[in-house]
Amino acid sequence: MAISASPDIDERDTPTSTELFTGFLFLGLIGFGGVLPLARRMVVEERRWLSGEEFTDLLGLCQFLPGGNIINMSVAIGLKFRGIVGAFAALLGLIAAPTVIVIALGMLYDRFYDDPHIRHLFAGLAAAAAGLLVSMAIKIVLPLRRKPVAVAIAALCFLAIAILRLPLLPTMLVLAPLSILLTWRLQP
Amino acid sequence: MMATLLALTVIFTQLSLLAFGGGNTILPEMQRQVVDIHHWMSAQQFGAMFALAQAAPGPNMMIVPLVGWHVAGGAGVLVTSLAKFGPSSLLTGIALHVWERFKDSPWRRIVQAGLVPMTAGLVTASASVITEASAQEWILAGIVVIVALTTTMTRIHPLIVLAAGAVIGLSGIGQI
Repeated sequence: MAISASPDIDERDTPTSTELFTGFLFLGLIGFGGVLPLARRMVVEERRWLSGEEFTDLLGLCQFLPGGNIINMSVAIGLKFRGIVGAFAALLGLIAAPTVIVIALGMLYDRFYDDPHIRHLFAGLAAAAAGLLVSMAIKIVLPLRRKPVAVAIAALCFLAIAILRLPLLPTMLVLAPLSILLTWRLQP
Repeated sequence: MMATLLALTVIFTQLSLLAFGGGNTILPEMQRQVVDIHHWMSAQQFGAMFALAQAAPGPNMMIVPLVGWHVAGGAGVLVTSLAKFGPSSLLTGIALHVWERFKDSPWRRIVQAGLVPMTAGLVTASASVITEASAQEWILAGIVVIVALTTTMTRIHPLIVLAAGAVIGLSGIGQI
């Protein structure tokens, strides 16, 4: 068979539910910060469950829906190959290890909170985590700077949630349709 | 206990369905519910849980089981995880079946573009709320600023800045 740059249908593997579970378990364990680039490498390049286009296509769907992209992605991939059982296997695999680890960290935090050293350590950690979030906000806001309407919507949303502390549901019910309507009317 | 578990279910089901643009958009509402309304923890504790979740591997919504565990132990973990990851996953499953029909339609692109400013506003609000809870002293505010600048302008790994923050914190400089 000729060497091809991208795997075609015959070369791709159909994962079992166990493989879905272990694949996503591995991702959950190594995925610090962004799991998505690692997910693409595993799903497309290493395990060849999906082609590059199929992955991008599924990602488009997952970004369109509520919930974390990688969470939705695991469900979609599991469902595609093994139905509901596969979706459960992939999702469980993805969150099992991180859940155990984060709760172990939480227990340590609660156990040693009275120790000033531990309290100081976690205060520093929390400040760094806040800094990461600020950076993420900057990276999302900067591309909008030449779009006054988008900036106005983002600012209104910030005012409602961060300053006025309004509930999310009514805020979204008002601002999301408004934002979509303006995007539609003002599109080039 | 049942009342608490029920309240957790309602809160996280709602958050699950409102998390357009990823998990970080719902942090302010999560904090509003668990700190301001139900008084299950202080804003500082919420900030610390967010930090623990960032330090742990996996998807960035690992604060969810942690909040569940803090409020109601093992049952809390189960309830918050099911409520947070269940409804959005169900929606993904349903959408997967109809996806082929509407993935190329122009309105999908408009809706997606229209949600971008919302995501920007919500993530900015999250950053503000978490910073407010975590930067109570000048040294901690300094860490926030330095981390924000370094991670915006370089490709440094998040774990390195988290570790650096923890070490500066451990030194105790500027803290009571």
